[in-house]
Amino acid sequence: MGKISLEVNGRKVEKEAPDNTLLSTFLREHLQLTGTHIGCDTSQCGACVVHVDGNSLKSCTALAADVNGSKVTTIEGLETNGKMHPMQEAFKKLHGLQCGFCTPGMVMSAVDLLQKNKKPSDTEIRDWLEGNICRCTGYQNIVAAVKEAATKM
Amino acid sequence: MKDFNYHSAKDSKEASKLASSSSAFLAGGMTTIPSMKLGLATYKDLIDIKNIKKLSGIKVSGKSVTIGAATKHVEVSNSKDVKKAIPSLSSLAEGIGDPQVRNRGTIGGSIANNDPSADYPSACIALNATIHTNERKIEAAKFFKGMFETALKKGELIEAIEFQIPEKSSYQKHPNPASRYAIVGVYVAKHKGDVNVAVTGAKSCVYNDKEMSKALSGNFSSSSIDGMDLDSSEMNSDMHASAEFRASLVVTQAKKAVDAC
Repeated sequence: MGKISLEVNGRKVEKEAPDNTLLSTFLREHLQLTGTHIGCDTSQCGACVVHVDGNSLKSCTALAADVNGSKVTTIEGLETNGKMHPMQEAFKKLHGLQCGFCTPGMVMSAVDLLQKNKKPSDTEIRDWLEGNICRCTGYQNIVAAVKEAATKM
Repeated sequence: MKDFNYHSAKDSKEASKLASSSSAFLAGGMTTIPSMKLGLATYKDLIDIKNIKKLSGIKVSGKSVTIGAATKHVEVSNSKDVKKAIPSLSSLAEGIGDPQVRNRGTIGGSIANNDPSADYPSACIALNATIHTNERKIEAAKFFKGMFETALKKGELIEAIEFQIPEKSSYQKHPNPASRYAIVGVYVAKHKGDVNVAVTGAKSCVYNDKEMSKALSGNFSSSSIDGMDLDSSEMNSDMHASAEFRASLVVTQAKKAVDAC
């Protein structure tokens, strides 16, 4: 048991949690931020991607303890004053989702890409999304949505 | 995942003091955490070494590139110094896993784990690396002992990996189409006097292919290894590739690497 201190979506949080608590569990069960999804739980599917200190990571494969003191952004932290983030808008507009299960991770991963590469090519987008699996869309509209968001961000 | 005690060590001394027969060092955790979640490994203590400042960073001298054990793959792939000194090492780092793995995973963790299809062990063999631990220096050729097995003793911590800068080098891999793991990866490095052809993914452990090294040391051209019939008896055979296919892939990737040098 240890104290976990994080800044999550701009809000300071401090909670006791067992040492074996995964970051994904901490976010979903201790903070009730259930927008971060658990898909495969084996670090392959990317549904659980969040940002830690500005970089994307798979929250099912990090301990809450080993990101202690960091700034975390989850899908819930993207909106401003009830307005969707341009990436969320683009996914909605271009049907970059069907069932929506992979979407939080897809969006968080894609936002990280555009932070590092403002105008990615199709190949760069597909390469970057290697760790995010979608079983519905066939990826075409996801890639289109990321390109659209790149023009708005 | 079974319960354990998490410790964050301030320096190598504290880390090795905390180590026991039921502990593991935690760097990026890209293998350690999934193994623990699947119940393949259990530890009483996890000793986080990420916050030890001395273990991160990249130094380039005239003859070598030294990378701290807790340096992340993304830091190696983004480093202008590495790109200039050993471009193939930078592109190898860029090809590991996915962006999220590269944001967390470390070079020391990859080497200590010694997965049979990991990329970095081939770089260590090809670039005549020296593994610096908190106790001694180990030559790469004596470090990788077998499947998931290294020369590291319990509680011994990798601090840095020192790569020799070659004249020319290239790493080429044939990734599994689904997982992107190297079915076979070949790292060719031409040093003054000799050539190393380090192969990963093909056998239970990374190795230097003596036959191809000899042929390429005589004549550094892909034609000198063209059509070489490698012994496949010790090669891995699974649903992804037969031993014979792997033997053929080793030659193909080695030729590609030589041509890319």
